[in-house]
Amino acid sequence: MIRQLVVRTLVVLTLLAGTSYVVWRWGWSVNWENWWIAVPLAAAETYALIDAYLFGLTVWRIKRRGEAPPPPDDATVDVFITTYNEPVEMVMATAQAAQQITFPHRTWILDDGNRLELAAAAADLGVGYLVRSDDWTDRPRHAKAGNLNNALFATDGEFMLILDADQVPDPSILDRTLGWFRDPEVALVQTPQWFTNVTDADPLGSQAPLFYGPIQQGKDGWNAAFFCGSNAVLRREALMQLGIVGYVREVESAVEDALRASQRILGGAARRARRMHPELAGDLEELRSAAHRSLKDLRGGAQIAEVTYDFQQAVERASRGAVGRDLAGIQEDLDLIASLPVALDHEVGALVVDDVALDQLADREWSPLGAIESVRSLIRAVDVDRADEAQPMMPLATVSVTEDMATCMRLHALGWKSVYHHEILAHGLAPEDLRTMLQQRLRWAQGTLQVLLRENPLAQRGLTLAQRLMYFGTMWSYLSGFAAVIFMAAPVFYLCFGVLPVNAYGLEFLERFVPYFVLNQLLFFVIGYGVKTWRGHQYSLALFPLWIRACTTAAANVFLKRPLGFVVTPKTRQAGGRFPWRLVWPQLTATVILLAACVIGVVRLWTGDATSTIGTVVNIVWVAYDLLVMSIIFRAALYRPADLTEEPAS
Amino acid sequence: MIDIARTTEDGVTVLRCDGRLTMVAAPRLRTVLDEVVADGGHRIVVDLSATTFVDSSGLGALVHGLKATRVAGGDLRIAGASDQVLAVLRLTNLNRVLRPYADVAEASSEW
Repeated sequence: MIRQLVVRTLVVLTLLAGTSYVVWRWGWSVNWENWWIAVPLAAAETYALIDAYLFGLTVWRIKRRGEAPPPPDDATVDVFITTYNEPVEMVMATAQAAQQITFPHRTWILDDGNRLELAAAAADLGVGYLVRSDDWTDRPRHAKAGNLNNALFATDGEFMLILDADQVPDPSILDRTLGWFRDPEVALVQTPQWFTNVTDADPLGSQAPLFYGPIQQGKDGWNAAFFCGSNAVLRREALMQLGIVGYVREVESAVEDALRASQRILGGAARRARRMHPELAGDLEELRSAAHRSLKDLRGGAQIAEVTYDFQQAVERASRGAVGRDLAGIQEDLDLIASLPVALDHEVGALVVDDVALDQLADREWSPLGAIESVRSLIRAVDVDRADEAQPMMPLATVSVTEDMATCMRLHALGWKSVYHHEILAHGLAPEDLRTMLQQRLRWAQGTLQVLLRENPLAQRGLTLAQRLMYFGTMWSYLSGFAAVIFMAAPVFYLCFGVLPVNAYGLEFLERFVPYFVLNQLLFFVIGYGVKTWRGHQYSLALFPLWIRACTTAAANVFLKRPLGFVVTPKTRQAGGRFPWRLVWPQLTATVILLAACVIGVVRLWTGDATSTIGTVVNIVWVAYDLLVMSIIFRAALYRPADLTEEPAS
Repeated sequence: MIDIARTTEDGVTVLRCDGRLTMVAAPRLRTVLDEVVADGGHRIVVDLSATTFVDSSGLGALVHGLKATRVAGGDLRIAGASDQVLAVLRLTNLNRVLRPYADVAEASSEW
């Protein structure tokens, strides 16, 4: 209680100091003469303040739950171990430990790698072994989300524990967590991820004690504890409900797309027909209003099948009228309809809608009858069938390469609750080299940003305001790469060229900045008391090139449909060897520039080119802080794991 | 558990589900639906008048059947759903795709 009071006091003070500082910066101290660096710097500082607000909200209601009630009677549980390419021994070690879980359950290995060897080992141990069903052939596989979605329909337990291949569970994991499901609205219980192959110094920043601690507990306080993909128990009913709601939404949006394309096709054809075939323009206009009405009915919540049926009837009527009139040039259009854009999927004989082709179709100059025919085939195509997906229902979200966050957000939007159970109940293996670690962080960041761009939490109906902000906060923090660059560039320009982004680096600046900075650090110190938060803090700045890359690739993926360059994180150590220059060259370049700037700054002060001692000192201290924070990346690059014996036995 | 009785009349297959259509029963219903479609039955009415409870997994089996029949050029309809089932359908918006018919006779007509 007292600690929470201290935290809240510090939050209020930090935000007051920060707000007054940033207001002063914009209102009174932006050096407009050097606007090209002054405005970005003030913007970066505003970014950091918003981050502080979101963090303050997160820690405002830290929830320490303690013990769970006893498990519900007769709960049936499936334990899923997801694997793609991890070594068979690793998967089997986890499977063995999973089998030892004391609460009655069934264990399944979900092998996306289709390995005969693993199938045999699973049979020997007597655990279940699942691979994708035939439906998935030549369809989007959706990585881990697809793997889990496939398993959902092959099993029938009331609850499921999800484990990554390296996450060795404690025998009591279910006994300790299932009790939270006594609340029928709880859909998810997440436990921490903890890694055994990490030294105390943790040079790669693998442990996330701030996240699996105050942040998750804080989110839990707002009923927004996150699902993190592994070491979590889920309620089947909640996932299935999510799958059905999602299915209906997909069907609806396919019909909506088709109706909208129809409107465009018919509108264009009607305009042209007014000149060439005035007798037909009326028919087309009428059909276009029918499409418009159908769209309105659809949005109004009408039966989807009835909407499409009514529109189909309207098309038939218009078509009968049009066919009566002999028109030239029709055959060409009809041929095209046979080839575009709702292609027949030969595997299942169903039609597949291609968004790009749909646009092309809509933009084509159709003859009147051609327009009607293409609309007819469009509507027939989208009628209530997700032929482009392997399963009509995808309970685990597939909009992102990290399925967990999107799934969790949708669960919350449907009104389900989540629980963060703060007790380490599984021990995993973290990446042991810089390259693998960077791949993993990149994937997380890309996935999170995909969710932000595809399903912005601020606009999600069904979420409370606090839940929206909890999701948004995590996404916001991934934009830090841009701010980091500005925070490093500003002192360089000042020290080297005397470019002043702030009106004065005088006492007034220090008086306003120092309290904000000190309070902010104090807040972190109190929140993170007893856990190591420095590593995470370092990496949030030191990985700036990676965060920027995640932003650009995620945006290119969502808006331009470019591939992410997705990689599955290897759980085994990659070959070591020489210093990985190519991985850290941006940080190396930044370090060299920052060091040079310090030297130049001192020389300029010496020669009298720079006049403000306070200004130079402030900027050198600032650079020193940047360097200290960034130094971790070089330590990580030099890190070679001590040759531990084989994976810890369970 | 659930009893699934299968009858065919005028090209319409009726599956009468007696009991609770839950996550335990859903795989059974999926299998039966697949069998009917494989046997060439593309018009299926699932009679829910004797079904006391349906959960989301049960609905999932119905969606599976809907897709299978639509792909085959047919349709799946549901009949005689209780208030509980109707409530679940509304909650998930599935009633917008799967229209509930009052009884088997109504569902089998106009096909």
